[in-house]
Parts: sequence; structure tokens; C-alpha cells
Amino acid sequence: MKPSGFLLSTLMHDRGGKIFLTLLTIVAVAVPLLNMLPETSAMHVSTYTVTLLGKYLSFAILAIALDLVWGYCGILSLGHGAFFALGGYAMGMYLMRQIGDRGVYGDAELPDFMVFLDWQSLPWYWYGFDQFWFAMLMVMLVPGILAFLFGWFAFRSRVTGVYLSIITQALTYALMLAFFRNEMGFGGNNGLTDFKDILGFSLQQDSTRIALFMVSTLVLALVYLLARFVVNSKLGRVVVAVRDAEDRARFIGYKVESYKLWVFVLSAVLAGIAGALYVPQVGIINPGEFSPLNSIELVVWVAIGGRGTLYGAVLGAVLVNYAKTYFTGAFPEIWLFALGALFVLVTIFLPRGLVGLLSKMKNKNNKTGSAHETTG
Amino acid sequence: MKPLDKLRDHMRRDRVFDFMAQGRHTTIPGRVDTSHQNTILYVEGVTVSFDGFKALNDLNLYIEDGELRCIIGPNGAGKTTMMDVITGKTRPDEGTVYFGQTMDLTGMTEYQIATAGIGRKFQKPTVFPEHSVLENLELAMQADKRVWPTLFTRLNGEQRDRIDEVMDTVMLHDQSTLRAAQLSHGQKQWLEIGMLLMQAPRVLLVDEPIAGMTHQETERTAELLTGLAGQHSVVVVEHDMAFVRSIARRVTVLHEGHVLAEGSMSDVQNNPKVIEVYLGE
Repeated sequence: MKPSGFLLSTLMHDRGGKIFLTLLTIVAVAVPLLNMLPETSAMHVSTYTVTLLGKYLSFAILAIALDLVWGYCGILSLGHGAFFALGGYAMGMYLMRQIGDRGVYGDAELPDFMVFLDWQSLPWYWYGFDQFWFAMLMVMLVPGILAFLFGWFAFRSRVTGVYLSIITQALTYALMLAFFRNEMGFGGNNGLTDFKDILGFSLQQDSTRIALFMVSTLVLALVYLLARFVVNSKLGRVVVAVRDAEDRARFIGYKVESYKLWVFVLSAVLAGIAGALYVPQVGIINPGEFSPLNSIELVVWVAIGGRGTLYGAVLGAVLVNYAKTYFTGAFPEIWLFALGALFVLVTIFLPRGLVGLLSKMKNKNNKTGSAHETTG
Repeated sequence: MKPLDKLRDHMRRDRVFDFMAQGRHTTIPGRVDTSHQNTILYVEGVTVSFDGFKALNDLNLYIEDGELRCIIGPNGAGKTTMMDVITGKTRPDEGTVYFGQTMDLTGMTEYQIATAGIGRKFQKPTVFPEHSVLENLELAMQADKRVWPTLFTRLNGEQRDRIDEVMDTVMLHDQSTLRAAQLSHGQKQWLEIGMLLMQAPRVLLVDEPIAGMTHQETERTAELLTGLAGQHSVVVVEHDMAFVRSIARRVTVLHEGHVLAEGSMSDVQNNPKVIEVYLGE
């Protein structure tokens, strides 16, 4: 199939997706243009804002990843932040090695924190991370392999529901504790930071930041299309079938564990990619990213946006994070309460999230407008 | 692994004289072998206990290829447990379950058993509520059900025809694009039977097919099930005696996990042990 044909057939019945991709294209073009306006102009978008938007976009990718497992497959993972952070660490390791002898201690081989810990040589698991392609491979492989191992045991033993959620939470918590330790060789408490450049371009330069933003929009669009292709395929229908009636799916001949595992691994890989886009834009990755709270926040984004639609997850991620930026600036002490309240309210009044609310309003309009109407 | 498997296959005691059977009947792996007295399902000496309670107690049951068998029995007689054992949901503590002469179902998982050709309808109608009728049937359709092929597959003309055919059989053609959640209770039951048919199974296990159906729907279901027998073996578990009488050729009565009586409906009804169990002492 031609790429255009693939795109058309994938998006044919996906109005929300079309709107989302159109908006994304506008943002991808307009934001860099507005950034080029003189700073005195009212329309000027500062580079700081561009980077902030880039960060939201990487969160949006993460939200799509979670929506695949939660919204479509019914697996409530409360540990998806772990895959995001692992992808971020893989990227961070590449960026660390790019610093070279420009670090405080001027060691060409070892990152600063290793010199500080008096290590003599690079640990084996840091080998290869000076190569961009290798680091990018690891961005996907490390979360993917962890998800595969974890899922293989969990799904085969038919751990489901709350129990699965709890062990995913334990997974990310355990990783957080591990990464806090200096002996692990990932910078302990401080994580990886003080990055200088990526592929030879300085991270401090505006042009690099704009480029990172544009790459984020592109990757988000591609991830969206990939996820849409998956959920529109027969496999996507099987996955929803597993969510709704697992036994039925099993008794008509589907190996349910394999399907869950497949989606879980794909989702982890996408989360890893999101982490890799996040790190160069915020300039730091530390064990705090493994915090269970992050993973729970992620679930809230998807719940607020609307599960099982993909674009709902994007909407939720961007809106909640915008609100977070605003609230933590304006009233830092109430943010967590606001988030909690939001989650409770959405769960009670908007079980299908903001997207569900929008389609409900649209249906109501149609009902008054014409007799032709579907329920739902 | 491969050579080891071959060796094991070679050493199997039930295959020792296979070479002598050449020409008369050959065993093909993955194919159901019903050459012995036309029997397709062997349930022999099966015992299942839950916390000391014996749900099945030395159960013996043989189903012939293409027959329509009704299984009746009071609540707790072990009817549903029996289906669980055959479909791989529950492992028996003792006993064997063979599909044809060669397939040992106790060593297979649910999806393997389903793929081998045993379809099951649950007591409570279980369909995929968010999928349309058409999609429900598509999902059940006999096909390569591994993950990667499923990602890239598309419906072809032949498969569409097959779905159309089954939608006609279960009379859901006009509802093809409706979500299954919107169907009536009876229609859900039919959809589930339709899903079984899409699997093209050799044996259909049907648990209480007419629960919650109107009179006309019941009649239609009776026609449907009797029509299926012949091409498929149909095992029906049902409480409704009038319904059983209308379709049954052979009836098996279960009581406390054991076969109490077996035979034609009138034989069974006149059996003193059955009368005692059903009417009390």
C-alpha cells in the first residue's frame, strides 16, 4: 500500500484524529514562525515557551502510550512512568557522553559524577552510548525488554485488575529506589544533567530548541498514526475484545496473554521514545521521574482527556500540564489538591473524559437538528 | 527440542502399533480422529473437587460425531464444571479428556482447544459489547489467530460471504452494524451461537441457550440447534424440560457429578433413579 493510501484508510473514519493532526501541523509551523518575530511584538513566542510546548508534546506521546494499554486493552498500568524514565535515561546517557572533557573535572571519558565518586573507568553498561544510533536503539529496547519480561510473567500468571496495577506501581517504585543509589552508576540523586549538545548542536541555542520542538511534533504525529493503525486493525479489535470479555476472547481461540504482552511492549517502547524527547528539552533526568506519583498523574491526564480515543489522551496531557504550569506558578500549594479534585470529578461526572463530553454535546445538537441519530 | 519431541512421540505407548494401522487409519497431528466407533469426545473417569466438594465424581461421557446430546440435571450436578473441564478452564484432578482418539485436552490451554475445534457458549450470553455484530463475528472467525498475522489481516470476499451466511442463520442481518450491547437478550444469545459457528468447530458446547428467550425465539433456537447437528456435534445443557423434549435424541442426566442415566427422553423420564432425584424421596 502506498503511504498516502495507508494514511487515508487509517484516518478515514477518524474525525477527531484529523482535527488533531491539523491542529498539530498548524502548531508545528506557527510556533517556530512566531518565535522568529521580534521580542517586542505581542505575538512573539519565547523560546522558553517553545521548549515548554515541546515538553507537553512528549507528555502527549506518553499519554498515547498509556491509552493503548489502558483505554484499549484495559490494563491499568500505574508504572508507565518507569518506561518513560528509562527512555529518558538512555537519552541522558548519550547526552552525558557528548559532554566529553567540557565537564567540571575535564575527564574525556568519565561523566563528572563518576569522577566525583572516584571511579577509574566507565562501567560496561555505559559503553556505546557515545553513539547516537546506539542510544536511540536503547531508548526503545530497554523499556521494551523490561516490559516484555514484566508482562510475560504477569500476564501468563493471569494477574489482572488491581493486582496488576499494584505490581506496576511496585515496579516503578523499585526502579526509583535503585536509581537513587550512587553505586548504580546513573548519577544517583542528581541524575544526569549539565548537557552540552546533541548531534553537535548546542542545547543552549534557540535553533536547537526549535528543532527539538519540531521533531517532537513530528514524532507525536507518527506515534499517533501508528497507534491509530494498530487500534483500527483486527488486532486492535481483539485487544478491545480482551478488555470487554477476556474469557470469550480466550474461548474463541485467541491467546490473550500474547495480545496483552504485545500491546504492553509497544506501549513501553512508545513511552521510552517520549522520555527521550523529554530529556534534551528539560535538560535533566533524575530518579524523581520514576516516582509513582508521576505515573498516577499520567493516568489522570488520560482519564481527563478521555480513554480509548488516542486524541483524548493528547488533549488531557496538554491541558493538565498547562494547568499544572499555571497553578504551580500562581498557587503552588494547591496544585495537588486541584489535580486530585479534578480526577475525582472527572471519574464521577465524565467517565469518558472531555472527549466524551464533546461528543455528547455534539449528539445533543444533532438530536435537536435532525431525526437521524445514533445512540451512545 | 525438536529431536527430543520426535523421540517422545516415538515412545508413546498408545502409538506402538500405529504402523499396523497404516492404510486403515492414519493419525494426522492436529486432525480430529473419530475412526473409533465414530466417537469425537471421550470424558473418562473425570473427578474435580473444590475444597473437598466433588463437583465431578468419576464422570464418564462419550459424544458421537454429529450427534445432538442434551445434558440435564439439578443445580450443582456439575454441568458447567464439565464444560470447564472440556474447554480447558478447569484441570481435572483425575481422569482423561480426549478429543478424537489422539488429542489430550487436559494438556491443552483454552485457546488451543478452541482452535482445535471445540466452541463454547456461556450460560450468560457473552459477546463483545463495544463491537458491532459484524465485528463480533469477524473476531470469532476461523483464521490465523496469532498476534502478527492479526495485525495485518483484512477481510476478504470469501470471509465476508461466510459472515453474511452466519448472520442469515442467526437472523441478525439487519443488526449487522449495531453494537452488540444494543441487542436484546435473545439476540445476544444468537450472536454468541453465531460466533461459535464462525469458528467452524467440530463440537459445540451450549450452556442454557434459551434462558431469557421469548416463545418464538425458543422455537427458532430449537430449529437452529437441530439443524446444526449432523455437521457438528452439539452438546446442550438446559434446564427447560419442554425444550429438551423438543430437540433431544439422547439425554444424559447428571447428578452429583456423576452420570445417573442416559438414553432417549422417555427412557430417562421413566427411570426410577431420575424420578427420585428430580421429585425427591
